[in-house]
Amino acid sequence: MTDQAPWELRGEWQTATITRIIPRTKTIKSFFFALPQPFTHRAGQHVDLRLTAPDGYQAIRSYSIASALSHSGELELAIERLEDGEVSPFFHEVVAVGDEIELRGPLGGHFVWSATDGGPLLLIGGGSGLVPLMAMARHRQQVESTVPSLLLLSARTWDDVLYRDELLKLQRLANGFVLVLTLTRDLPRREGDYSRRINAAVVAEVLARLPSPPKHVFICGSNPFVTSAAEAALAAGLPATIIKTERYGS
Amino acid sequence: MVTRGFAGKGRAGGEDGRTPPGQHLVDDFPVLSAGPTPKITPEQWSFTLKLGPKPIKKWTWNEFNALPHTKMTGDIHCVTAWSKLNTAWEGILIDDILADAGVGEPPTPYMLAHSFDGYSTNVPLKDLTVGKAMVALRYDGKPLSPDHGGPARLLVPHLYFWKSAKWINGLQFTQKDEPGFWELRGYHIYGDPWREQRYTHD
Repeated sequence: MTDQAPWELRGEWQTATITRIIPRTKTIKSFFFALPQPFTHRAGQHVDLRLTAPDGYQAIRSYSIASALSHSGELELAIERLEDGEVSPFFHEVVAVGDEIELRGPLGGHFVWSATDGGPLLLIGGGSGLVPLMAMARHRQQVESTVPSLLLLSARTWDDVLYRDELLKLQRLANGFVLVLTLTRDLPRREGDYSRRINAAVVAEVLARLPSPPKHVFICGSNPFVTSAAEAALAAGLPATIIKTERYGS
Repeated sequence: MVTRGFAGKGRAGGEDGRTPPGQHLVDDFPVLSAGPTPKITPEQWSFTLKLGPKPIKKWTWNEFNALPHTKMTGDIHCVTAWSKLNTAWEGILIDDILADAGVGEPPTPYMLAHSFDGYSTNVPLKDLTVGKAMVALRYDGKPLSPDHGGPARLLVPHLYFWKSAKWINGLQFTQKDEPGFWELRGYHIYGDPWREQRYTHD
């Protein structure tokens, strides 16, 4: 657990406006926010959203930023609909273009990567845990970095792969970005993909597709996913000090 | 600002007054950590009390477990906005650790908690003593599991839960209030959930 510090986070709430809503998978939609006070974030950071009911009750949730740095002041969050949730079903069922949502950020100074941090980079994501890793992949592409990077992404089926077409396109650029999919309830569609849960053997095999051992490892997903993926990474011989984790929970 | 169409369903039913602003209640126990979960055996475990760089006393697992055990039940509040009510813990009060080390008059008013994974967090001494905090060894009647900080974690339930350092291996008196891991990464130096001190300038 070493990284640069300190970082000043932006604390003020601002009222953002929803500009676009794009369905991504059966359970995930992208929401684009126009910010009256645009900020520059680092890939991997999150924002807090605050919803207020007429009686003053407030709900706060953290969401990772999916977009790379943007100078347009537009921010993308990809929100997965959680059954029994309070905020994500509201976004999926109620929120419409033009709605105003309170937002603060950018937040978080640990689970972040910039192209200047170098690599190789190993990203391991489960389901919507891809979101902060996507910001890293997009940032890498945006600044035309050639840092060797491998994204090992677990999803249930081919159609549950968030940003699938964009990820396939990133790999086709052949500038050092490798995508490996593992589908837990589907057959592999591409050579080198898997259809099983991530274990030490899978991590060891994908490591061989990087030119040298990774300098930074980022793992994001549900708590059980991150626990088993981090154990797999350790068992594959990666040191704990280069592994950063983020767990999606309540 | 009222959010169009939002009614909210996370209100504390029948538990009014126990959920700090912006928090919602959960029944499960979410896990958050900055890196992999360390695996620490009782043989590897030790706990050191320090004044600055100087050790005051060091305990093995067995020595530490021989200190008086205390039970605490209460509510915990995570900065990621979940709260959990009536959590039941058992461990060693910081008061009892200091007493066993023969610390009478506290040498400084600040402490930094340290963990096996390199994590640290700062807590003023007054927030750790007089029965307010412990090094927890058991949760819900069972040994503390690794993902919740086992074998031992700090428990400071009246502050946001990042202050309750998992995998604790020591407490250090510091001359000034020295920011720890998350406090250096934009989170509040004190972290009072009732004053919503989530980030540095809150």
